[in-house]
Amino acid sequence: MSDDANVPARRDFLRKSLTLIPVVTLAGTGLPRLVQAAEPATAPASPEAPYQPTLFNAQQWAFVVAACDRLIPADATGPGAVESGVPQFLDRHLQTPYANGAIWYMQGPFLEAAPEFGYQGKLNLKEIIQVGIKAFDAFCQTADGKAFAELPHPRQEELLKAAEGGKLELDSISAKLFFSNLLNEVRNGYFADPSYGANKDMAAWKMIGYPGVRADFTDWVTVRDKPYPLGPVDLAGRRG
Amino acid sequence: MANIQPKVDAVIVGMGWTGAILAKELTDAGLNVVAFERGADRDTQPDFAYPRVVDELEGSVHRRYLQSLAQETVTVRHTPTATAVPYRQMGSFKPGTGVGGAGSHWSGCHFRALPEDFKLRSNVEQRYGRNFIPQDMTIQDFPVSYDDLEPHFDHFEYVCGTSGKAGVINGVKQPGGNPFEGSRSREFPLGPNPSYLGAEMFYKAAREVGYNPYPIPASNASAAYVNPYGCQMGPCNFCGFCSDYGCLNYSKASPNACILPVLRLRKQFELRTHSQVLKVNLDSDGKKATGVTYLDAQGRECEQPAELVLLCAFSLYNVHLMLLSGVGKPYDPASGEGTVGRNYSYQNLNRVMMFFGKDTQANGFIGIGGGGTTIDDLNGNQLDNGKAGFVGGGIIWARQPGSGPVRGVSVPSGTPNWGPQWKKAAADAFRHSFYYEVQGACMSYRQHYLSLDPTYRDAFGRPLLRMTFDWHDNEIKASQFLVNKALDMCKVLSPQSMAGDAKKAGGHYDITKYQSTHTCGGAIMGSDPKTSALNRYLQSWDVHNVFVIGANAFPQNNGYNPTGMVGALAYWAATAIREQYLKKPGPLVQA
Ligand SMILES: Cc1cc2nc3c(=O)[nH]c(=O)nc-3n(C[C@H](O)[C@H](O)[C@H](O)COP(=O)(O)OP(=O)(O)OC[C@H]3O[C@@H](n4cnc5c(N)ncnc54)[C@H](O)[C@@H]3O)c2cc1C
Ligand code: SF4
Repeated sequence: MSDDANVPARRDFLRKSLTLIPVVTLAGTGLPRLVQAAEPATAPASPEAPYQPTLFNAQQWAFVVAACDRLIPADATGPGAVESGVPQFLDRHLQTPYANGAIWYMQGPFLEAAPEFGYQGKLNLKEIIQVGIKAFDAFCQTADGKAFAELPHPRQEELLKAAEGGKLELDSISAKLFFSNLLNEVRNGYFADPSYGANKDMAAWKMIGYPGVRADFTDWVTVRDKPYPLGPVDLAGRRG
Repeated sequence: MANIQPKVDAVIVGMGWTGAILAKELTDAGLNVVAFERGADRDTQPDFAYPRVVDELEGSVHRRYLQSLAQETVTVRHTPTATAVPYRQMGSFKPGTGVGGAGSHWSGCHFRALPEDFKLRSNVEQRYGRNFIPQDMTIQDFPVSYDDLEPHFDHFEYVCGTSGKAGVINGVKQPGGNPFEGSRSREFPLGPNPSYLGAEMFYKAAREVGYNPYPIPASNASAAYVNPYGCQMGPCNFCGFCSDYGCLNYSKASPNACILPVLRLRKQFELRTHSQVLKVNLDSDGKKATGVTYLDAQGRECEQPAELVLLCAFSLYNVHLMLLSGVGKPYDPASGEGTVGRNYSYQNLNRVMMFFGKDTQANGFIGIGGGGTTIDDLNGNQLDNGKAGFVGGGIIWARQPGSGPVRGVSVPSGTPNWGPQWKKAAADAFRHSFYYEVQGACMSYRQHYLSLDPTYRDAFGRPLLRMTFDWHDNEIKASQFLVNKALDMCKVLSPQSMAGDAKKAGGHYDITKYQSTHTCGGAIMGSDPKTSALNRYLQSWDVHNVFVIGANAFPQNNGYNPTGMVGALAYWAATAIREQYLKKPGPLVQA
């Protein structure tokens, strides 16, 4: 894969962040500060402009937001996927070389094989998600007369559970395959470094007690009687 | 027509552990060496520099440090009559690419094989009788002994700054080490690393059950160290990004940190990166290699003539190159004839996950790849195989290479995979759970082998390597036996819940789950050219100026990680080349 997998996403992030800041404040500031300024943690007053997806169309976006909200809902334990920015993560991450098959063997023939041999189809990750969303929504239209995003939460959960268990018959894709890849990506976004677009304020890391990218625990290897005391650090050096 | 380069003394294919060792040894002997590496050049700076190296998404999802399967992969099937399908996404094993190979993103568990592992077949026959070995099991003795390799085990550990505690030195038992190990000529270069909680609890549990726990020999330096080549290492800080990641600290032994700093300065050494070797070229009667054909960084097909060809491309790719080039005769499982591809084996890895309450500060994010605690009480001659009912043993260990939430948060079984309950379980478990593993041996069988795939091709138009492998009853029994022993041991620790993943009767090899990159055999060393591709010096029986270095040489796999043995075999072969072959090129063993 390319070492620059995240470059388009990062550039995109900067561009979007820049639009949040009045032009006058740009003069004389370095980019890192601009990024920081766009962070709600340091600039709580600045209202977030709604994210404009660049991969998903409106229908796909509605599905993704609704599915994220069911897969990791906001509750007393910790942040929900939507407020964390997971839909934004998906919109960006699915545009990386990784999601476009850069590290998968993609040559045919594409034979059916037992589950022990993994996914043997010809779609890359981005396509699995896009084809899956379309088929899932089509199923909802036929069965319930509405798109997934418009269904009540209990029904959404029921459908996601059916997909997970392989009990949903979708056109053109295995519901199980779609679901497992979607869930994987949602978790990736939820827990990945904030630079990838989600995990806002490192809240998912705080929830589980992960110190992020500190990567030095010499002083704590043999401590037994106290919880690890420090909060998380992210790749940009921010402390949570 | 291929672009023909000026002839050199030796060509090395692959710049991982074995390639770096051979390059050092052969340039020491005054040879001009050209090494080809299919991937990029890599060094601690800038490739493993903080903070980018600890980006979990890049390291564990985009797999920045691993081979891309888009270019080259293998196909897999369970039986010789089935149609194989490609290994499309990284799962069961994770070959490396780039300078350092898998040796730059390994974990660092650095074992020596036991003396009895070298004579497995004769030992089992002597202890339990000929009929104890299943009909289709094709295990063999190594054509070398522990004593042959002892100086080379020792040297490789000193190159790596391996941190541990000797159990036996010159025949005398040492407290704190493995009492069952082969005798060492001296202590480890560095003492053991400190124990994290899970490793400390392992000592307690193992002792209570009557086992003899000892620190896993770890090539993750426990203190500042200068190796015999003058390369400096710094103490491991338990960064928690060890397995799958390059080391940010010069602490984990790697070709990059421990050998290449010397090699890079040598005039007789040339490293060509982004250069994919396509095949070994043979002379008209196929008895001697004339060099290799490779694609250079610009994609031009070139020929590199050489007197000596060293295949150091990792076990699987060594066998692939032999099959593509006609070095040796391909193995046919129906007739049992041919040797290249024969006796492919793997590793029988299993896990016991344990969950504790909030007072147990397991802190899985604190991690070290090779450190931890293990036991040999169920390995080698300590295990009564007659009673246990299978061939081969294994070890149980506490190992904590470092966890992070993108790599996955384990939750107690029965927890849903998403929704509020999953979230709660993940939040509760992350800091308060750890696992122990059972690493079992894996025998070789008539029907498990490597060959060329008839259908699928790599990005260079060559047939992919095809792996025919499945779990045999013997390994399934071993998995169940050893996991049960581990569960018994874990009960001592009274976790709130625990779960083992022993293989089920009739279960099949699942390529989607990581189970170690210990792919062994396929071009094994032996004393009979009818049943081995290589002689005792890892020299091809058929083409005397080709040496094939790697775990491909193991006739079967034991309960340990392979690299300690792989490094020792590399030094052993290098010594034979320097002391015997260069003086009188030709077969070092008469067939
Ligand atoms: C995540 C992980 C953890 C591990 N942990 C341990 C451990 O704790 N203990 C242990 O003992 N072992 C461990 N291993 C295994 C260990 O990494 C290998 O045994 C070791 O690196 C093998 O050395 P090698 O020289 O045979 O192969 P490598 O070190 O992989 O080097 C082979 C090189 O050859 C190159 N190459 C391949 N084909 C070609 C070609 N055609 N042309 C040019 N170049 C080519 C590759 O790109 C690669 O750089 C681990 C492996 C992985 C992936
Ligand atoms: S755990 Fe230690 S040896 Fe491993 S990468 Fe981190 S610092 Fe290096």
